[in-house]
Amino acid sequence: MSGPDPARGTVLDPTSAGTELLRLAAVGAVDDGKSTLIGRLLHDSRQLLDDQLSALAEASQRRGLAEVDLAFVTDGLRAEREQGITIDVAYRYAATPRRKLIIADCPGHVQYTRNMATGSSTAELVVLVVDARHGLREQTRRHLCIAALLGVRRVVVAANKMDLAGWSEEAFSSVMAEVTSLARRLGMEEVVGVPVSALHGDWVVEPSGAASWYSGPTLVEALEQAPVDEAAGGPARLPVQWVVRLPGGGRSYAGLLSGSGLRPGDAVVALPGGLTTTISSIRTFDGPLEEASGPLSVTVHLADDLDVGRGDLLAPVAEPPTVTSEVEATVCWFGTKELAPGQRYRLKHTTRTTRAVVRAVSGRLDVNRLASEPAGSLAPNDIGLATLAVATPLAVDPYRVSRATGSFILIEEGTNATVGAGMVGPPPIGA
Amino acid sequence: MTTLEHDASRGRVRRSRPGSHLDALESHSIFVLREVAAECERPALLFSGGKDSAVLLRLAEKAFRPARFPFPILHVDTGHNFPEALEFRDRRVAELGERLIVASVQDSIDAGRVADVPPGSSRNRLQSVTLLDAVAEHGFDALIGGARRDEDKARAKERVLSFRDALGGWDPRNQRPELWHLYQGEVGPGEHLRAFPLSDWTELDVWQYVAREGLELPSIYFAHRRLVVQRDGMLLAVGPWVQPRPGEQVEEATVRFRTVGDATCTGAVRSDAASVEAVIAEVATSRVTERGATRADDRFSESAMEDRKREGYF
Repeated sequence: MSGPDPARGTVLDPTSAGTELLRLAAVGAVDDGKSTLIGRLLHDSRQLLDDQLSALAEASQRRGLAEVDLAFVTDGLRAEREQGITIDVAYRYAATPRRKLIIADCPGHVQYTRNMATGSSTAELVVLVVDARHGLREQTRRHLCIAALLGVRRVVVAANKMDLAGWSEEAFSSVMAEVTSLARRLGMEEVVGVPVSALHGDWVVEPSGAASWYSGPTLVEALEQAPVDEAAGGPARLPVQWVVRLPGGGRSYAGLLSGSGLRPGDAVVALPGGLTTTISSIRTFDGPLEEASGPLSVTVHLADDLDVGRGDLLAPVAEPPTVTSEVEATVCWFGTKELAPGQRYRLKHTTRTTRAVVRAVSGRLDVNRLASEPAGSLAPNDIGLATLAVATPLAVDPYRVSRATGSFILIEEGTNATVGAGMVGPPPIGA
Repeated sequence: MTTLEHDASRGRVRRSRPGSHLDALESHSIFVLREVAAECERPALLFSGGKDSAVLLRLAEKAFRPARFPFPILHVDTGHNFPEALEFRDRRVAELGERLIVASVQDSIDAGRVADVPPGSSRNRLQSVTLLDAVAEHGFDALIGGARRDEDKARAKERVLSFRDALGGWDPRNQRPELWHLYQGEVGPGEHLRAFPLSDWTELDVWQYVAREGLELPSIYFAHRRLVVQRDGMLLAVGPWVQPRPGEQVEEATVRFRTVGDATCTGAVRSDAASVEAVIAEVATSRVTERGATRADDRFSESAMEDRKREGYF
């Protein structure tokens, strides 16, 4: 392990206040080294504190390991440390002078795909960890595919175990060629690659003498430089979350605004009912706002006294979403039983939960070929296209237009398990 | 090659600008509070008198004012309190005009529900029984707490809305997927949820927010003179429940507390930080985590928190 190089400057800075938030997820196949990489990143940037370091050393020693196993930084469950695998997402926090990073370390096993989707659903960027000796496995492709479906547009490829691959430029180039071609077909915008050894620390926080052919950023620099999506654009959407009854009479409507540019005076429609009115004021606890853009928790007053409640959606009259009783969506299926026509679930979309029945499954995605193949049902961890009929009409946008109004989950009756993640519209995958 | 300029203002207090990470965290936490209030029949907000629960109360004001909170405030009282924390609790609750329910560990002991610990030991773990009794007695289906994922490696694994079975247990291997902001609050009879609106906040975020919002905290968070005794590598405040044992030296030191909990297991740290700004500078450069510095109960094993959580702990 080499110490930080003062000339280069420590990019991660635990004392930094940070000003922007970047949410990222580390994904990739099991055993390619995600947890070790996150552990290395936190260790070498000195974001691990003394008591955490001594706990790590003790845990490693107890298991008879000659060196400290940095994967224990994020493998926080007993079962994970015993088996040396990651079962569920661990969230870790780091800061650079400009950024606060929220890092979701996701499990690689197929059976824990649901947890990987959990970690990626709020991410703006994924770090795709690939064992440079083996290239992309089916699970690596599945993860990149799910991340793309979930709307992640940027990938930082950590070509890991480069020490075992002899720091071969060919191995690195071959990984990058594979990922770039896949990412392009998945409609992703940006791929940055870094050759690393998570075990030894090369190119994670500090550059190293290994890979003389490489002159790009370290992994941390790549994360520092990645563009953060400016307040997500798109039309303003305010799902009514909570009705505040005002002490002097009257009501205001609280919710998490998404999209941009809602102003007092704007004409809005309350959906699915379809009544129109005008926003008379937008407030937070700290006072009125002249204009609000999401994501922001606000309350609004309406000019007219309408029957509006939780689950209704306020949207500009000029740019309304689609109101529908039948939703065609890309579904990531996590249930233990198959998703098949005729089955009933509860469906939660924005702040509304309604009943849903599966009308049809019209195909499943082959993640290796990135092509749809005929299927009448979805097996656990499949991704496919399904049509659902809902008991109460929903105001939806295509997922690529709005994550907030284009997403839903399916809940199994009886067990209350969350069994599916739905994204309105077909998968955005080119042929 | 990139150049990364050094941040001259690091370590100093910065007021957050609109669009800063504090605004993003705040908006999300308010969303979670409103979602729990809307999805659950009988939630309660856990309040310990500490800084995280002080932040939670401010967020609840931001979520629900000018109306009243749609839930009572619940304090699980170990009976081993810092008087400053109790005084702060009662004053804040009175200022807010909200309802306080106190669930007492002493009552659980008197009722024979749980055996007391030997004198001078921590009642921290006993709280789980009292907490679950309060859930049963009041029919709570959701408990909102101020726990953060940066506190502990088991907490780092937990969902924002975390399901508890009919025995109050947590099954970390089988958590509900939690996608986007679609928090799922469905529970069956006897089951309940734990909701953690501060999941993504760090200790530093909390202090920056305390500064930004001008929040009041119990005085023990700031440097003061106090009699302390060294035990198990920690500085414990000498008081009714902590008396020096043979061979232990009592000294008067300038200390503050980084967390507020059961007085028998919450350690003080040597510190001259007497203001919020000084505390922020100290937290930003500390080499020890919050719980590592101050919680004896987490030192027993590497799975201490996971084991307590499985039993129903916060």
